[in-house]
Amino acid sequence: MLLQTRGLTSHYGRIQALKGVDIAVGEGELVALVGANGAGKTTLLRTLSGVQPASGGSVAYSGADITASAPYRRVALGIAQVPEGRQVFGPMSVEDNLRLGAYRRRGDDAEGALEAQFARFPVLKQRRAQAAGTLSGGEQQMLAMGRALMARPRLLLLDEPSMGLAPKIAEQILDIVCGLRADGMTVFLVEQNAFAALSIADRGYVLETGRVVLEGAGRDLLADEQVQQAYLGV
Amino acid sequence: MSEFLQFLFSGLTVGAVYAMVALGFTIIYNASEVINFAQGEFVMIGGMSSVFLLSAGVPLPLAMLAAVVIAVGIGLALHALAIEPARGASVVTLIIITIGASILLRGLAQVVFDRQFHSLPAFSGDVPITIAGAALLPQTLWVLGGALVIVLALGWFFTRTLTGKAVMATAHNRLAAQLVGVNVRFVLMLSFGLSAGIGAIAGVLVTPITLTSYDVGTMLALKGFAAAILGGLGSAAGAVLGGLLVGIAEAMGAGYVSSEYKDAIAFVIILLVLFFLPRGLLGGKAAERV
Ligand SMILES: Nc1ncnc2c1ncn2[C@@H]1O[C@H](COP(=O)(O)OP(=O)(O)OP(=O)(O)O)[C@@H](O)[C@H]1O
Ligand SMILES: [Mg+2]
Repeated sequence: MLLQTRGLTSHYGRIQALKGVDIAVGEGELVALVGANGAGKTTLLRTLSGVQPASGGSVAYSGADITASAPYRRVALGIAQVPEGRQVFGPMSVEDNLRLGAYRRRGDDAEGALEAQFARFPVLKQRRAQAAGTLSGGEQQMLAMGRALMARPRLLLLDEPSMGLAPKIAEQILDIVCGLRADGMTVFLVEQNAFAALSIADRGYVLETGRVVLEGAGRDLLADEQVQQAYLGV
Repeated sequence: MSEFLQFLFSGLTVGAVYAMVALGFTIIYNASEVINFAQGEFVMIGGMSSVFLLSAGVPLPLAMLAAVVIAVGIGLALHALAIEPARGASVVTLIIITIGASILLRGLAQVVFDRQFHSLPAFSGDVPITIAGAALLPQTLWVLGGALVIVLALGWFFTRTLTGKAVMATAHNRLAAQLVGVNVRFVLMLSFGLSAGIGAIAGVLVTPITLTSYDVGTMLALKGFAAAILGGLGSAAGAVLGGLLVGIAEAMGAGYVSSEYKDAIAFVIILLVLFFLPRGLLGGKAAERV
């Protein structure tokens, strides 16, 4: 397994947001995590990136224990995250946002990586000198994804990449996620749109109030009665 | 007219120093939202270290360079020993720590140096240049030139280098900066070193004009702070503009009204800005009441 958590817990003060989470993501897999508002999905991703401390349990990545590693070390190891709400560097140019994505890859071929992102997201090339904060929501999402990909990650964590986007754009974003997976990237995808996420995922987890309550192949979860009632509104 | 010009020259000189102190505030504030009230002490350390190294027989240029290095070392030590161990504490707590550090540094300076006023020889002599009837000291040109070089160098660093951009990125969005792999602790350390160095350079340049002593940092911090919030906290261009304006206001006030009010002007500016212009002239983040 490329990524594996065991009994992972995390707190905000006295509030426990993760209550012992066990998940695993294999090399080359696309794994989806679905769950209601406040279930702890974002907290899990934040804990995987190290920007939120774990209060218990462990995170193993590529065989090494990284539970206490600083966020920048995890980026250097190949874990990149596209955070909830995109979090682009608003006043900075699109190009600077992308170049910062390769911050831990200094000395590598930054120009090549930049061109690769411009090829994947042509609109970013058109907007390259524009301030990131002036982009549309969909464009900002593409920028946040391009920025994370500039790090040439082995594991890409995506937090609700289609949130707040028009259905057409959301579909386009999820197509890109499928494309990444097809290129061999390992993806851990958090989505509010459980149907879309589980349809493209190899496997999925359902998180409820800080615990994994269901797991299985994407299409099995889609067919699961409980999941259908709770998350698919069937 | 020549009187006005005379006041303007003296305002620009002290204003350039306030601008450099305000830049120091800005850099650390952007990295951490902390107002480093020990900023004025870096100016003092720059001036006092030069004075004492010079009197110990070190040639002036070397003494000045060493003084800046000493100040940077103290800035890094302040970060490592006082700020870093309190990581995770509230911003207000960190600000109080910097106030404590400023008192400590002042106390140490009394012991290591002394309690007298000191000066340094002017770099290019004391013969004033007369412009339209007003006298301009050559050292003033050193101060203004030094401030300009610092502003240009910072501009280049923050907009042209990846490390500088990472510092800016941390100021804009700390979470996203962490997620692209910026070590935000390193950014804060860098900010303290940079601010200390800028403060010390200001101290070295201005000591031939204004003299220095162990306690000049307090007023400089206050005036630099007035400059920073007048310009808009967090804005580097605002810090420079604010510094020059505070300096000019002070010189005009001292010249045309009374020199007794000189130090009160910075207080008045702070109060007026907080009441009427909380974002400052160039729209930094709104100053919060601490
Ligand atoms: N900064 C915080 N301080 C305190 N509690 C928080 C904080 N962030 C999240 N929480 C709490 O932790 C729990 C999990 O939140 P989290 O944001 O991880 O959920 P989520 O599954 O991502 O929700 P959403 O679908 O709304 O994004 C919630 O109860 C939330 O109120
Ligand atoms: Mg969330």
